[in-house]
Amino acid sequence: MPNESSFKWVGTRQIRPDGPDKVTGRAKYAADYTMPGMLIGRILRSPHAHARIKSIDTSKAEALAGVKAVVTSADFPELASEMSPNSEMVIDFSDVSNNVMARKKVMYDGHAVAAVAATDAEIAEEALSLIDVVYEVLPHVIDVEEAMAEDAPLLHDGMITEGITPTPTKPSNIAKRVEFRSGDVDKGFAEADVIVERTYKTAAVHQGYIEPHAVLASAAEDGQVQVWVSTQGQFMVRAFCAKVCGLAISQLRVTPAEIGGGFGGKTVVYGEPVAVQLSRKSGKPVRVVMSREEVLRASGPTSGGVVETKVGAKKDGTLVAVDAVLKYQAGAYAGSPIGPGCMCMTAPYEIENVQLIGYDVVSNRPKVAAYRAPGAPISAYAFESALDEVARELNMDPIAIRQKNAVKEGSKTVYGVTFPRIGFEEVLEAAKNSDHFKSPVPEGEGRGLACGFWFNIGGESSAACHLNEDGTVTVISGNPDIGGSRASIALMVAETLGIDYNKVRPIVADTSSIGYNFVTGGSRVTFATGMAAINAAEDVIGQARERAAKIWEIDVDAVTWEDGEARPAGSNAGDHDPMSLADIAKMAPKTGGPINGHGSINAQGAGAGFGCHICDLKVDEGTGHVTVTRYTSIQDVGRAIHPGYVDGQLQGGAAQGIGWAINEEYVYNDDGLLQNAGFLDYRIPVASDLPMIDTVLVEVPNDRHPYGVRGVGEVPIVPPMAAVANAMESATGVRMTSLPMSPPKVLKALEGS
Amino acid sequence: MAKKYHVSATVNGDPVEFLCSGQETMLDVLRDRLELTGAKEGCGSGDCGACSVTVDGRLICSCLMLGVEAEGTSIETVEGMADGDQLTPLQRIFLEEEALQCGICTPGVLVAAKALLAKNPDPDETTIRYWLAGNLCRCTGYDKIVRAVQKAAAEMRA
Repeated sequence: MPNESSFKWVGTRQIRPDGPDKVTGRAKYAADYTMPGMLIGRILRSPHAHARIKSIDTSKAEALAGVKAVVTSADFPELASEMSPNSEMVIDFSDVSNNVMARKKVMYDGHAVAAVAATDAEIAEEALSLIDVVYEVLPHVIDVEEAMAEDAPLLHDGMITEGITPTPTKPSNIAKRVEFRSGDVDKGFAEADVIVERTYKTAAVHQGYIEPHAVLASAAEDGQVQVWVSTQGQFMVRAFCAKVCGLAISQLRVTPAEIGGGFGGKTVVYGEPVAVQLSRKSGKPVRVVMSREEVLRASGPTSGGVVETKVGAKKDGTLVAVDAVLKYQAGAYAGSPIGPGCMCMTAPYEIENVQLIGYDVVSNRPKVAAYRAPGAPISAYAFESALDEVARELNMDPIAIRQKNAVKEGSKTVYGVTFPRIGFEEVLEAAKNSDHFKSPVPEGEGRGLACGFWFNIGGESSAACHLNEDGTVTVISGNPDIGGSRASIALMVAETLGIDYNKVRPIVADTSSIGYNFVTGGSRVTFATGMAAINAAEDVIGQARERAAKIWEIDVDAVTWEDGEARPAGSNAGDHDPMSLADIAKMAPKTGGPINGHGSINAQGAGAGFGCHICDLKVDEGTGHVTVTRYTSIQDVGRAIHPGYVDGQLQGGAAQGIGWAINEEYVYNDDGLLQNAGFLDYRIPVASDLPMIDTVLVEVPNDRHPYGVRGVGEVPIVPPMAAVANAMESATGVRMTSLPMSPPKVLKALEGS
Repeated sequence: MAKKYHVSATVNGDPVEFLCSGQETMLDVLRDRLELTGAKEGCGSGDCGACSVTVDGRLICSCLMLGVEAEGTSIETVEGMADGDQLTPLQRIFLEEEALQCGICTPGVLVAAKALLAKNPDPDETTIRYWLAGNLCRCTGYDKIVRAVQKAAAEMRA
């Protein structure tokens, strides 16, 4: 690894390459794309939580002047079950298809049943009202525990719970049971001096990106289809549209537009295959943009969950046993983040005896999608709350109890991985030494602290590095930039090549212009795609050295690369003036042609991340309103390539977590219909809800990355819910075991105390 | 086809004319008729502020205004902020202070912040937070946005 002090660009705060376009309104998002002759697509959605589709009559809509195409599930091939890794989750293409356009049954309020493309929005809306769908309303179930009951309405007749032996004979809404175990929990609890046993509940929450899903598709008569889309993965959109629409991958060219937030929610498709089929059927470009109501009703929130938690500790604070049952909502189709939820629950601590049993449960809600560290915030809320109670019972400092049990290099997790060098101990030390922790708690307020863990991932990544004729460089990669990855990639490439950051121009390319990249997710882009870009830059350096060797007529091994120049390796190599990248670029036509570097990897060795959050808050005992007054986010970030945008990840994740803790929830009525499908009633934090969010960047470099990068984007959403709940107990003496800690619930809890 | 109305207005200092139906919002007109896509639709219900513009100096959500109401008014959008190739201090400091990530809320936040500073050149943190409470940002946690507005205000006062 290069010497830290020698970095010229890594660790500096440069203007982001996409910045100027974003402050002038020039940046082009998917809904901003238009084409000549473009039609407007609209989707008809289920008004029922659960119903059989008896018939769909689209004839009146088709007859309306200006309507150019109508599609239903009959226009999509029926797919057999086929599992595919997707972001940090796994999906079944058959479910994706059925979720995109309901077949036989609608599974939740807002499920798509038909779509139209018309010459303008008003005609498209009118056409939707002319589609006649006859439903047979079925009993529904919303609550995760009710869905697990023996007599619950069944969503899928063929759903036999996986992970149970012997295999159940009867179907249920439990898609899967998972189990993680180490040691002997009975023995562990027998050794415990203190045992805390609680059930914690969390509500389904939405990623809440401000930009609704948007796509423009244009199909040509030869079967080629172009797509411009708001997505975290253009290659995912290509693969999913190919499957769902029955196309070959080579028939699709997908261009990611500037993306207006994703947080995991744009790692799947909704309107994209619909736009493709409408375009193929009408022969015109079709744009489909969701409304906010559609985003909330029909795109993936993350699971709400129930976590039954039992934690045992000895008098000295040693954690001896954890026994937990986790029940996660999957939405209408299997696939909640129950696995990572279990794995992350106790990951920050060395605990000898652990038993975690998880259930993936379907109910009549929109299918969940990834949301920042999927699964982890739910289980961390439970565990870090219980740990806080253990510390209180033992009269132990919340940091001391965590330090006593903290994982370090060599610690083994319940899911079988042994940690390499990690920075959790350094994070706790930084928390202990932080100004926030050392300051007295203001009168009338409470302070809470909680920690969080996320694996982070690597994965398949491609990047190219083109040396331009004047010595500037274009870096081409294939991951939509949701967190400032163009800036971080350009910084690392500038560092590697030894040239000015402003001479490196990064772009995010379409699926036909760069090799495959796994989705932007798992906090992988700066780590994995960044590594591919570094490899591409090193490829350029290798070629540049060869060209210099050719010009100097010496062996390539006698040419070194330093400070952006080819230099003779020593006096034996001869006396040659150094050649800059610009010099070599200029000579390229005469020395072998264009110099283009390439990097294609399946990146391994993503460094796990740990964070610790400290929250001060006050509670209005008259209204139950909670005000967070001070907040600090401390995290091991490996190495902050662009510290400003690393700060931004820590702050943004904390803000989302505070929303999850205090405000956000999906509210259903007795008919299973979503009651708060808008930003007025699904209330994400606004500027006046939050204080400044202080950050402490701890840097324990990941030795599996050339610059020490660990993923940073997801860890920050893991600790906040428990940090807030723990602060609530400090402030009021009341333990909140159900999210959100909204005013009515807080008031009720205060009255009951 | 819905009846269209002829409307004359001023947008970013330039005279414009357009036809729109009685149902079209000012946001639709800006984006679809005038090709000014800087204002964004995040909610369509006046809750997110991504479509913020000023009408005769007053900050509004353009999704809550009808296109036909623009007759005779002067509208300013994010596209009208910079002077040629010179960013305003607010825009430049948003870049320097890393006050944006995905950027979808940024045009609305900038228009709203500009309107605040026109009214109050020296707002304190609380004032900025309440003024921008109608502009949702899901990426930043607002910290750097508030700091950028404070810094721009200071530079503009100097």
